[in-house]
Amino acid sequence: MSAIADIKSVSASDLAALRRAATGREPWRSLDELADTAEFRRFGEAEFPAIAERLPFSLDRRTLLKLMGASLSLAGLTACSEAERIVPYVRQPENIIPGKPLYYATALSSDGYGIGAVVESHEGRPTKVEGNPDHPASRGATDAIMQAAVLSLFDPERSRAPLRQGEPASYGDFLKDMAKLAGGLAASGGQGLALLIEATTSPTTKAQIGSLKQRYPKLRVFRHDPLAASANEQATAKLFGRPLTPIYHFDRADVIVSLDADFLGEGPGRLAYARDFAQRRRVRKSTDTMNRLYVVESTPTITGAAADHRRAVRPGLVEGIAAAIKAALEGGHDAASLPSLGMEYALVDDLREAGRNALVVPGAHQTPFVHAVAFAMNARLGAVGNTLDFIEPPHAMPIDGDLAALCQAITSGSVDSAIVLGSNPLYTAPSDVDVRNAFSKLKLLVHWGLYRDETAFLAQWHIPAAHELESWSDIRAYDGTASIVQPLILPLFGGKSLHQLLAALGGEFDADMQALVRPTWADMDEPAWRKALRDGVVPNSASAPVVVSIPADVGDPAPHAPVTNRLEVRFEADPWLRDGRNANSPWLQELPRPLSKLVWGNAALISPATAQRLGLENGQMANLARGGKDLDAPVWIMPGQPDDTVTLSLGFGRKIGSVAALSGGYDAFVLRTADAPWFADGLVLTARDGSARVVTTQHHQAMEGRAIVRHATLDAFRQDPHFVRDGAPPAPTESLYPDWTYDQEAWGMSIDLSACIGCVACVSACQAENNIATVGPDEAALGHEMHWLRIDRYYAGAVDDPDTFFQPVPCMHCEKAPCEAVCPVNATIHTHDGLNAQVYNRCIGTRYCSQNCPYKVRRFNFLKYQEFDKDSAGPQQAVHNPDVTVRSRGVMEKCTYCVQRVAEKRIRAQIENREIADGEVVTACQQACPTQAITFGDLNRKGSQVSREKAAPHDYALLEELNTRPRTTYLGKITNPNAGIAGKPGTETGDG
Amino acid sequence: MAEAVAVTAGKAQPQAPVLRGRHDFPEISGRISAIVLQGKLPRFFWAAFFVCFAFVLLFLYSITYLISVGVGAYGVNIPVVWGTMISSFVWWIGIGHAGTLISAVLLLLRQPWRASINRFAEAMTLFAVAMAGLYPILHLGRPWFFYWLLPLPNTHMHWPQWRSPLVWDFAAISTYASVSLLFWYMGLLPDLGVLRDRARSRAGQLFYGILALGWRGSAYHWARYRTVYFLMAALATPLVVSVHSIVALDFTYAITPGYHSTIFPPYFVAGALLSGFAMVLTIAIPLRWAFAVEDLITLRHMENAAKLMIAAGMIVIYGYASEAFFAWYSGQPYERAMMAQRAVGPYAPLFWIMLFCNCIVLQLLWLRRVRLNMPVLFSIALVINIGMWLERYVIVVTGPSRDYLPSSWGEQSLTWLDFGILFGSIGTFFALVFLFIRILPAITIFEVEELVDEKSGAA
Repeated sequence: MSAIADIKSVSASDLAALRRAATGREPWRSLDELADTAEFRRFGEAEFPAIAERLPFSLDRRTLLKLMGASLSLAGLTACSEAERIVPYVRQPENIIPGKPLYYATALSSDGYGIGAVVESHEGRPTKVEGNPDHPASRGATDAIMQAAVLSLFDPERSRAPLRQGEPASYGDFLKDMAKLAGGLAASGGQGLALLIEATTSPTTKAQIGSLKQRYPKLRVFRHDPLAASANEQATAKLFGRPLTPIYHFDRADVIVSLDADFLGEGPGRLAYARDFAQRRRVRKSTDTMNRLYVVESTPTITGAAADHRRAVRPGLVEGIAAAIKAALEGGHDAASLPSLGMEYALVDDLREAGRNALVVPGAHQTPFVHAVAFAMNARLGAVGNTLDFIEPPHAMPIDGDLAALCQAITSGSVDSAIVLGSNPLYTAPSDVDVRNAFSKLKLLVHWGLYRDETAFLAQWHIPAAHELESWSDIRAYDGTASIVQPLILPLFGGKSLHQLLAALGGEFDADMQALVRPTWADMDEPAWRKALRDGVVPNSASAPVVVSIPADVGDPAPHAPVTNRLEVRFEADPWLRDGRNANSPWLQELPRPLSKLVWGNAALISPATAQRLGLENGQMANLARGGKDLDAPVWIMPGQPDDTVTLSLGFGRKIGSVAALSGGYDAFVLRTADAPWFADGLVLTARDGSARVVTTQHHQAMEGRAIVRHATLDAFRQDPHFVRDGAPPAPTESLYPDWTYDQEAWGMSIDLSACIGCVACVSACQAENNIATVGPDEAALGHEMHWLRIDRYYAGAVDDPDTFFQPVPCMHCEKAPCEAVCPVNATIHTHDGLNAQVYNRCIGTRYCSQNCPYKVRRFNFLKYQEFDKDSAGPQQAVHNPDVTVRSRGVMEKCTYCVQRVAEKRIRAQIENREIADGEVVTACQQACPTQAITFGDLNRKGSQVSREKAAPHDYALLEELNTRPRTTYLGKITNPNAGIAGKPGTETGDG
Repeated sequence: MAEAVAVTAGKAQPQAPVLRGRHDFPEISGRISAIVLQGKLPRFFWAAFFVCFAFVLLFLYSITYLISVGVGAYGVNIPVVWGTMISSFVWWIGIGHAGTLISAVLLLLRQPWRASINRFAEAMTLFAVAMAGLYPILHLGRPWFFYWLLPLPNTHMHWPQWRSPLVWDFAAISTYASVSLLFWYMGLLPDLGVLRDRARSRAGQLFYGILALGWRGSAYHWARYRTVYFLMAALATPLVVSVHSIVALDFTYAITPGYHSTIFPPYFVAGALLSGFAMVLTIAIPLRWAFAVEDLITLRHMENAAKLMIAAGMIVIYGYASEAFFAWYSGQPYERAMMAQRAVGPYAPLFWIMLFCNCIVLQLLWLRRVRLNMPVLFSIALVINIGMWLERYVIVVTGPSRDYLPSSWGEQSLTWLDFGILFGSIGTFFALVFLFIRILPAITIFEVEELVDEKSGAA
């Protein structure tokens, strides 16, 4: 594959070759001789993509000289790249004050759905994504992937120029080809042309495809969305005659039953759902109430970890359990054999008691039957219209089929030209759909995407996509609310928006990005448009609930094959890499997965019992075979994994992209088939000799009987609100050192462990805000990872079905900080407002502070993890927050309570001659948290939010017996198990 | 074999003599200075030196690599941020103890047997402290700023942070190094005078003449020499205790389980003496054999060193026991868990090897036959050297690897660089010892002459 080699070959060697040619002793006779080399072309491509775009493919000397004369003479004389001269603004652009960031509202897409974002921009350079509080899917929160959007924007490996047959070409040439194509299509009515789109909710895209279809009536539109689940559509289509999308109202739900639904971690509404769910679990006094969550799940998820009762079952058994719960709900205790399925009647009683405030949530990956049963149960309970609404699907759009249908159409000859928009079917296709074979039969294959990915290598034309933060577009949220997507920056690498491409197909060749979106919203006048842009939300655009009636009888479950020695396989999207599209993001590769804490690779998850039965251990290689395909993967023993079920995560195993290639792991798409995209029976596992490195950031899972995460049931809390003190060692009160005094603020943080769902968004936000380096798999394996904030995950109880606890651990900012006493050079000091500050300039790296930190929250730059040289740092240095120092090797660093944000607010307050208001300083972790588990503020101020939180009876400090007096404290975790269900212990403070 | 005779003869006598055979002054000064002045050393000497020199090159390469790449190149991580740089540092400091003890403490106690071995023991101390002094600097993330530990006026406008034991440590080690150097040089003066007088080449005369600082051996010189030498000895004696106690405070001061223990200062001092005497034997046994000075450095010296080893070793064993006891007695789950993890956790093999070396093998020294058998004694000294290195490594790594929050538990792994620097420093140490033997008298001429004088006077 010379094409693959080409990716990296635009490099120093080319430049060097060019320089040699230009400066060597051998005189060159003409500019042609010098310029007409492959090196030159590639160099020009990399260095001047904008000009290269205009270069005709076969070099025309005249044009070349016109465009490149100046640069070339420089190349011939002294150097190829002259240092850029920067001059200050002669005329200050409106609104830009150097050093002051601007914030723009936009929306980022998550599987085609929008989540509102407010993006921080420093001098025109987007550096940080925050949630948009006005947006229903964000409510001010973000997830880890949204945080990483700024990094992918500056990814140097993004596709930089259109490619024809793998060689750099101009966009003009592409348009020429498109014009030719459009001419032919106009005659044939679009015969033979197919579009392959991803799931999209963009009204503009829909309108454009609609008008394309009018223009070319025979144009066919296929949709390939590897992470989409069709069960809901199928179920609702059967129940209501048309597909509808359910919207859940967890804020109204008292009892929630999840049938394999990971509503906190998956799906376009997850941030809003997490917020609503956690809102009902904030207990501060004994009269407060809580919701109760039952989860039946087929692989451990953060939703299962948040459950009051959790049952892990093979994915194929969920149907039967759903049917049995429904039968019990309808017919009383005798109607079904619930206990034999491991479920208790108490659950049914609970549901019945909650009535319309109950909610049964079917898993998106489950079967249509499970969906139908869940909806029928909700209907019977009266929940429809209260905790559950149905809306018209925001992504609905007439579609001619999926990827398999497209391949069939190609093979049958009815499609000979395809335009792939965004997706990467060569990597993400089910293994029984031979995309390579089908696509190679095409006369024309055009690929539009951010990266030159697997599909791009096959395509005749590859067009670089504009990043979301570079594009004008529009998008709908999970509830139908529309947002206008506005660019933060001009396309860095000359990318084109999807709308521009569709417009070109329709004969509109030089359309402006914004001009293509604005007409969709023609009913908005200019002030309304501006307001929608500013707010990030189009007012009143949420879909209205549809009134539905659900039949009680939804049929019987498909008979489940009896349990054999064969295993079931369960596929899940990697929570960060999704279908592999984020595989080139070092932030996401190195962000620990919420439960397994794996980084830089995936593993085949198996239960402890299955591991014992098959004689497997962590990291051991195993061959997994199904339907004639197989892959080798290291196994990872996962507490809480159902027995005889192997969970494989999608998104790894890509070899394209230098970051993606660094990571370990396997490509699970190999085992995935079109008929069983999410789970299937009949997996054969054969142990292999040898093992592979599986990198995890947490090696010990038990609390060892220590009172680390203190927890109690709601009943126990009501009896003893101060349960966190029970059995905990007393906190000492004396100290050799005098107490600090605070004239101004005394910052503090409270973290509610009942609200924390362990989604890890805060860690990603912290990384983005504080310029935290990624270290790569080798360094991460050595224990050199740099995250200032970590989410500790502990298991308690039986290893097969443990209770899971999450505990975010930032710096505790101790009053009597052990680190401060031992630093010989005053590099870690106590500030006037209570922070435990780290002075990078003073640090010489004795590492005594980390040695003496009982919380081990300090991180050390063991090597040079950040590039300081301007030339070799590449575009990714632009993502750095200019308010935070970038650390070099040999210095210690740690959580600062986002001191730069504190300073910014203090400066503003001082200018305005007032005190800093309560809640004015928001730390990055706090801002990202979907469940608002983190509260930050001034402890000196009576009645501040954080003081109120810390006054709760179940507030405790981690390891307080060490007399460190942390400023970060926790609210003990309160769960709400059903007293009628055995197996849940009562009050406990340490380990279960 | 003369040795064997001495052993059998020793049964009748209570102790082997400090000097064996008949000697006179010219013979003593001639023999000792000939090692330096004759200029021709046996071939094996240079062969061994070049082996050491290869390790010096390894040391230089490793240090260069470490400084240019960063401390991540050796096996430290979070949570175990201290590694071999600290354990080897403590080990070298410990080795550097025996010299001062022999020269200063035994001088004040007027132990005649120190005379033949104090010179090279002091040299050993200096070289060991030199090696030890490098480690904390190599340990730093930014070694080029090590001088920020000094109370110098600097651009940061602040003093060192006096509460940190590392500042005390820095002061203690530099004091110890300077006092040891002065004491050693002071002791060398009369012998440098002898070498100057005996040197035949002009260069030798100049070299030793300058170093001798005009020593003429007059009665005034001797009187002042004795006063100063004894004063220096009185100064150096408390340092034997203080320097390692302060090194121990680096650990004791921390709240890390396994570090936070009041037993550390005395226990570290005892450990230092144990490893120091083990190193004295490691050097003395081959030295006396190779240069045929078995009549000057006699079995008496060897046996006394072995006796001191077992004395110090038993205190170390008591230290181990009390460390374990106090972990249990504290009632702190963290201390108890850490101590249990030391015995069964990931570093357990090292822990058990350490106990075998320092507790079990040590007991052989109770037997006089073993103390007088040089090959066996040499092997025991080597085993104890290894055991003492392991002791320091086990203390440094097990605490942080199993501290308060199990989520952070983890182990560090050793890389080639850990070994490169450790073996490089050992090689450099021995290369320095070889150079010392070549350039300066390894046995104190005038003190042995004194012994001869006393012996003939007694006879």
